[in-house]
Amino acid sequence: MWLELRDVARFFGTRKAVDGLSFRLAEGSIGCLLGPSGCGKTTALRCIAGFEPVDRGEIQAHGRVLSTPDFLAPPESRRIGMVFQDYALFPHLTVLQNVAFGLHRLPQPARIKRAQDMLATVGLAEHGSHYPHQLSGGQQQRVALARALAPEPELVLLDEPFSSLDVELRERLGMEVRTVLNGLNATALLVTHDQQEAFAVADMVGVMNDGRLEQWGSPYELYHRPATRFVADFIGQGVFIAGEVVGAGAFQSELGLMHAGGRADWAKGSRVDLLLRPDDVIHDDASQLRAEVCQRVFRGADFLYTLKLQSGARLLSLVPSHHDHEVGERIGIRIEPDHVVAFERQ
Amino acid sequence: MSRSSESSRSRRLWRSPGLGVVFALLVCLPALVPLVVIVGAAISPQAEVWAHLAQYVLPEVVANTVKLVIGVALIGGTLGTSLAWLTAMCEFPGRRFFDWALLLPLAIPAYVLAFVAVGFLDYAGPLQAWLRDIFGTSSWFPRIRSTGGTILVLSLAFYPYVYLMARSAFLTQGRRALEAAQMLGHSRQAAAWRVAIPLARPWIVAGIALIVMETLADFGAVSVFNYNTFTTAIYRAWFGMFSVSAALQLAGVLLLFVLLAFALERRSRTAAHFSSSRDLSREAPRLRLQPLARYSAVCFVALVFVLAFALPILQLLFWVFTRAMSDLDARYLGFVARSVVLSLSAAVVIVAASVLLAYILRRRPTTLTRSVIRVAMIGYAVPGTVLAVGILVPVILLNNFLQEQLRSWFGAAAPALLLQGTLLTVLIAYLARFLAVGFNPIESGLQRVTHSIDEAAAGLGVVGGALLRKVHVPLLRTSLATAATLVFVDVMKEMPITLITRPFGWDTLAVRVFEMTSEGEWERAALPAVAIVLVGLVPAAMLTRRGAHVA
Repeated sequence: MWLELRDVARFFGTRKAVDGLSFRLAEGSIGCLLGPSGCGKTTALRCIAGFEPVDRGEIQAHGRVLSTPDFLAPPESRRIGMVFQDYALFPHLTVLQNVAFGLHRLPQPARIKRAQDMLATVGLAEHGSHYPHQLSGGQQQRVALARALAPEPELVLLDEPFSSLDVELRERLGMEVRTVLNGLNATALLVTHDQQEAFAVADMVGVMNDGRLEQWGSPYELYHRPATRFVADFIGQGVFIAGEVVGAGAFQSELGLMHAGGRADWAKGSRVDLLLRPDDVIHDDASQLRAEVCQRVFRGADFLYTLKLQSGARLLSLVPSHHDHEVGERIGIRIEPDHVVAFERQ
Repeated sequence: MSRSSESSRSRRLWRSPGLGVVFALLVCLPALVPLVVIVGAAISPQAEVWAHLAQYVLPEVVANTVKLVIGVALIGGTLGTSLAWLTAMCEFPGRRFFDWALLLPLAIPAYVLAFVAVGFLDYAGPLQAWLRDIFGTSSWFPRIRSTGGTILVLSLAFYPYVYLMARSAFLTQGRRALEAAQMLGHSRQAAAWRVAIPLARPWIVAGIALIVMETLADFGAVSVFNYNTFTTAIYRAWFGMFSVSAALQLAGVLLLFVLLAFALERRSRTAAHFSSSRDLSREAPRLRLQPLARYSAVCFVALVFVLAFALPILQLLFWVFTRAMSDLDARYLGFVARSVVLSLSAAVVIVAASVLLAYILRRRPTTLTRSVIRVAMIGYAVPGTVLAVGILVPVILLNNFLQEQLRSWFGAAAPALLLQGTLLTVLIAYLARFLAVGFNPIESGLQRVTHSIDEAAAGLGVVGGALLRKVHVPLLRTSLATAATLVFVDVMKEMPITLITRPFGWDTLAVRVFEMTSEGEWERAALPAVAIVLVGLVPAAMLTRRGAHVA
């Protein structure tokens, strides 16, 4: 296991910035800590980098202990690279010198060679003699990545790597970064508040809230099998429909009887909320179940309809864009039963 | 019909591209004339004047000035950089206090610090008297009126320029850069030397350039030390030898030095246009020092603060309360009143000129207008003695020319003109020197009033005078106040221009300090000096408040 955190906690006074964080990251995979601002994800990253001590638990990388409450390996000895949110490129050095900065143990010719190779990898071979301020935001970001990767660290940390770029660039760079990291078989952990970014880059994503890890899983799992209500809310769109437990994994609601994931120990008759994603609600003209269109957003490839049920409850439905229905029309829907998740009523 | 065509013609005239430059030139004239005069004199040297200067004046003056500049740049630069490093990057007891307190020496003009140091440390001063009481002799005590003493005192007076620049460099990107270097396998110490200091270099160099300009311009402090530099040589050439051409030649050489430092400062500032950390709230924590290092840091910082601010202030107040209280009379009020009148008038004139220039630049931001204004701003870097001579020479020429004309018209009945001895001349000289002080805050204030704000107001039916009254004035109020305050304080502290150009009998606080110190009457110089320091605390407080936002 390349990176392992066991029950890591970091307190600032009485505030628990990180509390009981545990996860593992396999070699060559890209992990992500995702959460709203102030959830402790950046503190967790700084603990792994060695800028913050841990108050409880243990951080290991490649079998070496990095941090315990009694021990803190200095950041420079951790063999960890980092891409800072503001890149923190050295403004007084050229792009090539920036990338070569971490290669001080190599002899001069090898340093230059390696730095040039890294620049070529991120597609900036032409810009070695430029200064950071002469580059665009996206280019600076790639220099920062090349600089962090050049010394062949065992782990690369990326702190909100795309937050200062505009949306279009963000998506493109996300995929580029993933390609570069995969190409070098690097292990990486990024921190972000943007789920699109997390899903675009990471293999495994941990959703954090209030210092705690709510769920650690693949993007698919987070979206379709959220472990907590917070994860269900934070990731993707969706609505909750009131329901009642009628048997093991069987729930009754105004949409009919359906089977859904949820806790097995719920008593019959317990009241639950059923999470319905827009893609769980399928438009089907043949269906008996009808709902009224009360809002529609045309998104190119599809429509996002907001539908009103008899009871007044609302649903979201993603429908291919050639199904063009007016507001007020009643359309037939059916529920894709595999993906529905139940949560205890709040 | 005819009226509308007339108004459209006048509007077209106002829109003609050359007019902005003409207006800008007119406003900047007082600042441009002395530069032209001095540069003109420097490029047309007079052989016999040069022969005299080269033999009797230049060897000492050049050697002294070079020694002084190098010494103050080295010591002041080292002091400023190391203090900035400690307060911006490290954590030690009292850091928050020293963070702003180290800027306070800006409130004490160099000539005040100089006479307090000499009065305190000289043979007749309290320290040596005390030493004699204990040891019987104080002959081993180093002389304060020496090259070393002058360098030390000026370094203590001027280090805040480097401190201010280096501090903002360290605060905005220092700690983040250290972390980045650590992630690349460098220890903290190595990272400090390899990254943080080189990164701040443009700021440090710009600060040192400011120190060099201040040192070159200093007249009051070196006079106290009887240390001959270019400024004192110009003063003596003007008043002692009554040699206008000698003063002009010396001024030309000094201007050359100043322009070199000025160019260095400009270049470093452009190099300092680095991107800086955008999110200061995520700035890395400060370095924790080992106990020994921590206590040395506290001692060092406290020592500088005591020597550059606390001790001089205490000594000043002591003199005021023991000896100088008897001077607190109608004459003293006269010094105060004249200082205030001059400073206020200068503030009004310079703020008005700055507003005009800022609006001209806003309406017609042509390259030519911009360069005219930029050249006019150089006045702030030019030593007061140089400017005073550069203003007086053309004024005297003009005066003599007008006098001739009057004589030819009225004969013996012609009234005697003395333009060089009027307040107008003083104000023109102040304008030349301090235009930049007023212009910079007003221009940056006006830049915040974007053209889309004007357009938004126009869209709501507010144009012309109403636009100025309802939008521009409220938005510019702080900038105007800042500009006026800065000019007021700078003129209060100003010594050589006032000394050389003032009308007969117009003794100000600074002039009084000069007169008392040139007679070695340190105690009696204390009372006017305290007033100047009190006024000087205002911009220092403004700076520290702005500094608090950065921190």
